[in-house]
Amino acid sequence: MTDDLKAAVAAGVLPSEERFAELLRSIVEVARSIFRARGSSIWLYDEDTDELVFAAVANPDEQALLGMRIPSSKGIAGWVLSSRTPLVIDDLQNDLRFAIDVAEKTGYVPKGLMAVPLLHDERALGVLQVLDRPSNSRFSLEEMELLGMFATQAAVALDLLASARRARAALDGKGDMAAVARVAAVLDRLEEDKREAGLALLRELERVLS
Amino acid sequence: MTAEVRAHAEEDDERPAWSLAREAVPSIALDNPLPDRVDREWALGGATGKGVKVCVLDSGIELDHPAVGAVAGATAISLDEDGNTIAELDTEGDLCGHGTACAGVIRSIAPDAEIYSVRVLGAGFTGSGKVLLAGLRWAVEQDYDVINMSLSTTKKAFSELLRDIADIAYFKRTLLVASAHNMPVESFPWRFSSVISVGSHEEDDPLVFYANPDPPVEFFARGVNVEVAWVGGGTITATGNSFATPAISAIASLVLSKHARLTPFQLKSVLYLISSNVGGRP
Repeated sequence: MTDDLKAAVAAGVLPSEERFAELLRSIVEVARSIFRARGSSIWLYDEDTDELVFAAVANPDEQALLGMRIPSSKGIAGWVLSSRTPLVIDDLQNDLRFAIDVAEKTGYVPKGLMAVPLLHDERALGVLQVLDRPSNSRFSLEEMELLGMFATQAAVALDLLASARRARAALDGKGDMAAVARVAAVLDRLEEDKREAGLALLRELERVLS
Repeated sequence: MTAEVRAHAEEDDERPAWSLAREAVPSIALDNPLPDRVDREWALGGATGKGVKVCVLDSGIELDHPAVGAVAGATAISLDEDGNTIAELDTEGDLCGHGTACAGVIRSIAPDAEIYSVRVLGAGFTGSGKVLLAGLRWAVEQDYDVINMSLSTTKKAFSELLRDIADIAYFKRTLLVASAHNMPVESFPWRFSSVISVGSHEEDDPLVFYANPDPPVEFFARGVNVEVAWVGGGTITATGNSFATPAISAIASLVLSKHARLTPFQLKSVLYLISSNVGGRP
């Protein structure tokens, strides 16, 4: 099998854009839940424009802000990305809202936030934020450890899906092999008996073509 | 190296720096700067940080912040198209609040220290690792006594360059104090033995710090629920090794303001001896 054909078959069974969005949503919802927080969001780093893109948010009221962009090294998310270091803040006051990336647009100013870089190998993929943990809970090192572990796991999943995204994008540019990718994708999603029938058909096709 | 010995070495160009002739032994006679018993009173008693230059390598420092006070100098680091370092007067202040927080922690513990801001963050994420390297190199050239680095990089390509700069700092008596990473990732320069690395403990006393018997993190300082200065003239409560690191930078500055000629090696030993789980129990 040529490399292009292998890539086509592989790309066919790779997760789609929808799965990518689904994963992001799942990460912010789990983050919100484990920290019993009011909100959670993800900023992804866009290498092409050197910006942070608002990629997922657990609060339904803020879905409209998805896609919003901010400079990659300003504000709290920017510092966390650039320094690759987590930051936890409580007791934010209204006059500090300009430092809280989306607060100006939403009007919702959190009293506290946790921001952690999404790091995989040497790369910083983005920033995960958790907003407004319960006001009566004092932050502990145990929570910091949990935050770090969760962000690391999320980054591994994100990196896998980002690789799939890149492979699909590369394949789209190659033209002919995209059909093979589509067939592989369809086969991958079929129920057992239909998949077997499809594979039998492919074996016949292979015999005819060779 | 005392000033006298350094002068001797510079005059005597024929003597290699990596060997010592028998007749030269008397010329390197050194006084022991440490007493028989190093305790907190000897190390810190009455110290204010006066005369010690502390650099905050970070996101800048907000000028005129009441919890920070006077900033002795503010420089913004960037790179030109050829990768040359540009160091300019920084008039932007702090681009996120973090550098101001670190400066405020230092001021609260070492009130008379001279605090300098060297801004390496804020000009975009692309190339931020190179700006960090250039900024650290520039800061080491300025002969600050202490450089606070509440940040790190995960780029392996930078680790050897960072190690070289950290070694230069070590030998020229500039103490690098670097945050250990809060997450299970490999990052630099805090892992180097030539720097002092800092993690967090959960207690409230800013002068309580612990020596770690299990490095690479060498000391734990106050880093949980710390009230810190932030942009806008106010304060916030923040958590992270980022805020424990300037506590150790400030305590080191207190020691240096009383005992100016300590080398980083000696200073690390003093910090160990006066740490709260060794000889410095409160």
